[in-house]
Amino acid sequence: MNSAALIIIAIVTLAAALAAATLRKLMHAALSFAVALVGIAAFFFLLGAEFVGLALVFIYIGAVAVLIVFTILLTRRDVGEGRGFNWGGAIIAVAVFGGLTWSILKTQSLAIVAPRMPALTVKQIGVALMTTYVWPLQCVGLLLTAALIGALILVMEEKR
Amino acid sequence: MSKSIDQVFVNAKQWLLSCLAGSPTSVVQVVSSLINIFALLAVFLTLFALISVLERKILARMQNRYGPNRVGPFGLFQPIADGIKMLIKEDIVPARADKIVHFLAPVLIAAVAILTLGVIPYGRNMTLFTIDGGILFFFAVGSSTELAVFMAGWGSNNKFSMLGAMRAIAQMISYELPLIITVLPVVMVVGSLTPGRIVAAQAGYTFGVVPRWFVFTPWGVTAFILFFVSGLVESNRTPFDVPEGESEIVAGHMTEYSGFKYATFFMAEYIGMFAVSGLAVTLFLGGWHAPARTLEFIPSYLWFFAKLSVLLFVYVWVRGTLPRTRVDQMMNFAWKFMLPMAFTCIIAAAVWHYTGRGLRGWLWSLVVIAVVYIALSTLLDTRRKFAPRVYRFAE
Repeated sequence: MNSAALIIIAIVTLAAALAAATLRKLMHAALSFAVALVGIAAFFFLLGAEFVGLALVFIYIGAVAVLIVFTILLTRRDVGEGRGFNWGGAIIAVAVFGGLTWSILKTQSLAIVAPRMPALTVKQIGVALMTTYVWPLQCVGLLLTAALIGALILVMEEKR
Repeated sequence: MSKSIDQVFVNAKQWLLSCLAGSPTSVVQVVSSLINIFALLAVFLTLFALISVLERKILARMQNRYGPNRVGPFGLFQPIADGIKMLIKEDIVPARADKIVHFLAPVLIAAVAILTLGVIPYGRNMTLFTIDGGILFFFAVGSSTELAVFMAGWGSNNKFSMLGAMRAIAQMISYELPLIITVLPVVMVVGSLTPGRIVAAQAGYTFGVVPRWFVFTPWGVTAFILFFVSGLVESNRTPFDVPEGESEIVAGHMTEYSGFKYATFFMAEYIGMFAVSGLAVTLFLGGWHAPARTLEFIPSYLWFFAKLSVLLFVYVWVRGTLPRTRVDQMMNFAWKFMLPMAFTCIIAAAVWHYTGRGLRGWLWSLVVIAVVYIALSTLLDTRRKFAPRVYRFAE
């Protein structure tokens, strides 16, 4: 059952990712990217990491995908038109993929069998965030607030 | 006796599953999920049909006319006639539309709306999708609505659709903040993101009379009102139906949809309304708990749906009473009033918690909310500055 789900999710995610990279219309590519993110969230669900999966859907579908779509819409005139093959992008993608593969293969942790852990509840994650990791959390909060205020200042009406 | 009536649906499902005894677990799991999905769709699509005719009836009553009264007794079969009409209507797709995106938008919006219904506890042991972070699931899935609305607007390749989608996303993003932040005090006080736990925390009575629902605390009632208003906006209903303002942009992102696709949008709007009201009932109105000890013999799911109906009536009532708001006023309201008030709710809930959750805590949290409310309303008071309106983009 689980392996069947894994294969289905993998196919959907990879197909969506491939579509995001190759589709000729930018908007279609952005929407396929959102589908790929849903697939990754489904992976987390399958692995029992509900919180991470939900956070992924929340942030990447609810915010980042909308942001990407809006950015495309507001900044480009050729939204509906096709685009050529981007060689620079391909080189960067291959380089990132190679780097990641290299670093994954070099790590020691692959050799060690992970101990069987009980599934983390949302409550445990919350407690950890509020005690052990409270300073990083507060720093991120401050950074986001600063970004929000910065955005407000950018769009503020100029006094004539 | 009352206990068996209370659990009748749970027992019915157990009985159906016991017919499958001996088959592999995966089959039982799938059948169990299918029963849940079927029950959810049956109940809420019936409720959708019912509310669509009741809304027209109530609106008609408010406007001193009869409303639908031709099909069936008191016009109760009107939804069937409407459904047949919508099904057999011609489905028109604009020639220059993005066919795939145009088709997928109503599918996505309906799927998202139905998914959010799954985490709400409808009665004792009656949560269809028990998940640790149920509240988080609700908002995570619900936030995909924006993408669906955008797809509808962009896929239609129509300037009214695009404008409507832009307006919808602007207002949904703005009001999602107060919507989520007003949930936080409840989550903080209960210490759990599971809807079942939140309902369980509201069991019992203070002084043996007043139920321990969060709506009876100062922070609770403030958060409830803010949540309800944000919910109104999220479901794009009057007075916040700016994205589909008929007099300005035809029907917003739904302009280019006809027939059953339009009906799907309509259905998604109502199901979203049920979901937000259901969550409001769960968070603030004690979920499926009875309001008095003597009334506890009435099954829990009836209490849930009674509370839900009251909230739905308020939705209709508001629609019949208030005119559409202006876009800029609505945005100002979200960022300058709703958001600070939502944050105040968190502080007031903390004050309530640390002063002992008793009468003293009740009064102190009331003081916090009253001070911020008065300060905000003085600061935002524009009555003194009446002047001719200045237009930025028009003469």
